[in-house]
Amino acid sequence: MDKALFEFCLRMGDNTLILGHRVSEWCGHAPVVEEDIALANTALDLIGQTQLWLGLAGEIEGKGRDADALAFRRDAWEMRSVLLVEQPNGDFGQTLMRQYLFDQWQALMLAALEESAEPRIAAIARKARKEVAYHLERSRGTVVGLGDGTEESHARMQAALDRLYPYVGELFSDDAIDSALAERGIAPLPSSLRPDYDAALAETMAEATLSLPENRWSHSGGRDGSRHSEHLGHILAEMQWLQRAYPDATW
Amino acid sequence: MYAQMVKSTGEAVKSREEMTPEERRFQDRIDAGEKIEPKDWMPEGYRKTLIRQIAQHAHSEVVGQLPEGNWITRAPTLERKAILLAKVQDEAGHGLYLYCAAETLGVSRDELTERLLDGSMKYSSIFNYPTLTWADIGAVGWLVDGAAIMNQVPLQRTSFGPYSRAMIRICKEESFHQRQGYDIMLKMARGTEAQRRMAQDALNRFWYPALMMFGPSDKDSVHSAQSMAWKIKINTNDELRQKFVDQTVPQAEYLGLTIPDPDLKFNEETGHYDFTQPDWEEFFQVVSGNGPCNAERLEARRRAWEDGAWVREGLLAHAEKRAARSAAE
Repeated sequence: MDKALFEFCLRMGDNTLILGHRVSEWCGHAPVVEEDIALANTALDLIGQTQLWLGLAGEIEGKGRDADALAFRRDAWEMRSVLLVEQPNGDFGQTLMRQYLFDQWQALMLAALEESAEPRIAAIARKARKEVAYHLERSRGTVVGLGDGTEESHARMQAALDRLYPYVGELFSDDAIDSALAERGIAPLPSSLRPDYDAALAETMAEATLSLPENRWSHSGGRDGSRHSEHLGHILAEMQWLQRAYPDATW
Repeated sequence: MYAQMVKSTGEAVKSREEMTPEERRFQDRIDAGEKIEPKDWMPEGYRKTLIRQIAQHAHSEVVGQLPEGNWITRAPTLERKAILLAKVQDEAGHGLYLYCAAETLGVSRDELTERLLDGSMKYSSIFNYPTLTWADIGAVGWLVDGAAIMNQVPLQRTSFGPYSRAMIRICKEESFHQRQGYDIMLKMARGTEAQRRMAQDALNRFWYPALMMFGPSDKDSVHSAQSMAWKIKINTNDELRQKFVDQTVPQAEYLGLTIPDPDLKFNEETGHYDFTQPDWEEFFQVVSGNGPCNAERLEARRRAWEDGAWVREGLLAHAEKRAARSAAE
């Protein structure tokens, strides 16, 4: 089994799985109907991408596990989602800030993956990139709109940025798996995406009249599974419950 | 459709002699099958009845996200999760274009929302019942969307243009919703012992509430008579309920499930199923706010509205700033 490739697909698929779950928690509770639609649409795209990434992971692993088996039958320490996507929704501002910080990274990552030497990865990236371009346009627009809105919306967005920025760095940390994949031309080194990300973030936050925290210290432990947040266990308890409670059933 | 007991003028339908010349011309257009458009003259009663009916339908779509949203995070497979998300997204979309249709009658969406939250406008009684197992998501699609379609299909021919066009769009999506619900039921009914129990239990709990969706018998209602004369309503509640029962019983049989009505049987003479009426006392209690989930549903919508105020204000303020900046340039 190509262990590095397998891990990479899990990292991509677990991010979209957990973020899709978080976003779907909003169903029926958004500030306006248009946002209910947009949030459901975003969650739907993310779950669709999860099916592709985890489907490919299962194929690479070759042990008969499909996307559902990987999504619903792994425990927290086997998950490879970054800590950012595990963070609670908070208010609408925090949800959209989390979305923007993720979308901006995902857009850069997918653009690079379109050139992947592994054709199955390039194919997923091509499909997902179109969806993510829309997610980014919307989350960025909302961050700018609320940052540069009323005094209250500005304060809430600044608080959301301060709260979430310490989870950004993990998206750009390199490890042995990343190095191996970069050498084979399969995926970019995460750190190589950081300059473009920083430039985009600086521009967005300036437009949103928000200040990026100076401290670039970052939490980590999600993408290698070494130390997830406490939230992940609860997310999985909810998400996996039916499959776990009725293991002999098909749905 | 999700409108129940929509009040009209409360008066008997006027005869041609009692009508003003304008009213007569209006009625002639309706009788000729013409569509009434927002800028056309219309009787005040027609406008008000339509606002009530369309808004009730819109509110139902929006509140209806909640019982299904209750299972999105627990959907058992990625595909089921995706389908449910797509369905709930459709429903919010239906709410949106129904609100837009209502707005063409001179009422704002914010006003309609406030009236939902202060209890002066209703949404369908069905959404005040809880979704307790995954089979309930199947039952909601199969029975609730099934009952809604029964009502909506004839309303594609309703006299008010924007409403009719909204219905045509909605009907296309609803039939997909019903099929996905039935597909869940099929999987459950043919599944393990526990799944079969969930499926039967869901049918037991949703059967009568689904029958209530059509509203109590309105064969003697002046409100319905007026709405029918205006082609805002096409069939009586009893006609639609009967049609729904006739359609659903064979589907339940195919699933191998039992409809919770010992007196249900096919009547050779009428060619229809005889069935037990739902408990109308329960229905009136639910409609007046005492159903199992009324308080939670309204609370959830109220919280969404109140917690979202800063977002709406923020985005509005930003739009104004931008407009001012581009005007200054």
